[in-house]
Amino acid sequence: MKILSVENLSRSFGGIKANDNISFEVEQGSILGIIGPNGAGKSTLFDLITGYTKADKGKVKFFEKNIFGLSPDKISNLGVGRTFQKLKPFADQTLLENVMIGAFVKEQNIKKARDKALEIIDFVDLIEKRHHFAKELSTGQRKRLEMARAMAIEPKLLLMDEVTGGVDQKTIPGLVELIKKLKKTGVTIITIEHNINIIMEISDNVLALDQGKRIAFGPPKEIQKNKQVIDAYLGTFDAA
Amino acid sequence: MESKLIAAKSEPLWNTNNKVISIVCGLVILLFALPLFGLNSFYLHLFIMIFMHAVMAQSWNVIAGFSGQISLGHGAFFGIGAYATSFFYMQYGITPWISIFFGMFISAIFAVLIGIPMLRLSGHYFAIATLLIGISFQVVFQRWDLVGAASGLWVTMTPEDSWIALQFHSSKVPYYYVFLIFFLITFFVVWLLSRSKLGYKLRAVRDDPQAALSLCINVSNYKIIAYVISAMIMAPMGSLFAQYILIIDPDRVFNIEISIIVLLITVLGGIGNVWGPIIGASILIPISEYSRIYLGGTGGAVDLIFYGLILMIICIFRPNGLISFIPKDILERKKQR
Repeated sequence: MKILSVENLSRSFGGIKANDNISFEVEQGSILGIIGPNGAGKSTLFDLITGYTKADKGKVKFFEKNIFGLSPDKISNLGVGRTFQKLKPFADQTLLENVMIGAFVKEQNIKKARDKALEIIDFVDLIEKRHHFAKELSTGQRKRLEMARAMAIEPKLLLMDEVTGGVDQKTIPGLVELIKKLKKTGVTIITIEHNINIIMEISDNVLALDQGKRIAFGPPKEIQKNKQVIDAYLGTFDAA
Repeated sequence: MESKLIAAKSEPLWNTNNKVISIVCGLVILLFALPLFGLNSFYLHLFIMIFMHAVMAQSWNVIAGFSGQISLGHGAFFGIGAYATSFFYMQYGITPWISIFFGMFISAIFAVLIGIPMLRLSGHYFAIATLLIGISFQVVFQRWDLVGAASGLWVTMTPEDSWIALQFHSSKVPYYYVFLIFFLITFFVVWLLSRSKLGYKLRAVRDDPQAALSLCINVSNYKIIAYVISAMIMAPMGSLFAQYILIIDPDRVFNIEISIIVLLITVLGGIGNVWGPIIGASILIPISEYSRIYLGGTGGAVDLIFYGLILMIICIFRPNGLISFIPKDILERKKQR
């Protein structure tokens, strides 16, 4: 079953086409990896889907429901969670409080919301840090915080922007394992990732973007061989 | 791992520190008992001003400290409260006890009307817009004949002390208790707010509105809710102040100084903390009143210099306010490591 279908989504900033007629579909329970060089329009695509940026045209359907043009809070309320490339923790609140704010979406009782938040914090392996203020956590821990907070709204679809970006090499395997563990809970995941090896390892499908355009879409093995993708990443020797 | 989760779940939702609770209870009892020791009218006045300004600062704390919007026109709601009780009493003989609620209601309506367009602005723009709105209230009331224009309203005095008319001429003690009770109620309500779901969501809006949106929080609505609550806390202080001095005019109750002092008190005490406004008011108001006594008419300007100095020192050395001097393990949101 399709959980998300995006059709001809476009957005220009001035004369630059950040997203140019992007179309793709995501199967429920799968992981879609989005790759592309810097400035390819990956984060813009996330912002368009989640309503943070208004698209110029196109269609976005979430379970057959048109969510194009809805505000971010309404879209998240339908069950679309997200994390941010530039991390946005509630800095002056503890980790537990951060996740509780997400848990309040589905759980009205404060004590129950707290317990639910603790379970999620345990799931992301940060239970010992629960009373630390978000600003005291390391980048890797804050990435987990954002994942935990997004999970707390019980999303059906989770969009994660560069989970492994900006963290040291030692931290990466743990975060990758966490994404795999997340998938097992049944949530559908779209993840932006610069690390090609990780994308190939975890994704069911890969969407490759370059200069705002979709250049390839398909299973990781096909994408790996795709000439356009290789060119976009490695550059061409075309003298023209 | 599992046992750590169970242990975490068995923690109480809030840390209760019995020492703090007993200190607070002791202070409350002391405040109730103070007039019995025969405080002279200056000290009664001093305490009344502390209570009043602490509540006014708490009002500002709700919008600025909890939801992160810096309002520089909060005096408007103080003035609305002051005019509401005085006007309805003089025109229709309605007891201030009822028209206090009118003042709150009218303030709430204005908060919605101002909040819907203005809270779309962020940061400095919201501050500047509210500053101008605060001033425009003063200008309008200076020219509005129905409410006495620039000369204001002189509340009809009752021949004797009256609880119904909320006027006491023979002693300040009844005013002391009225202000004290409003002070305690306000702090209790804001304390509850800070622990409620609404409190959590407002802090989320303050810390990162974009992230709050991703958690189904309608940021604009929550800012308006905070603004309305804040206005409804401010208005009764205007009402009680009008009953206390019985003469109000636009220059006094819509004064820009009101909007500034609530900011100073809160920043001094600790912004975003329920206790901040109490601490701030307990320090700033005595400075202001004493400087007025010892320096006479020029004292008004000298206390402003004091405020400026204090604010600079706080911003440089204690940006979290004086509350940050209190050890972390006494504060409620302590870290259990």
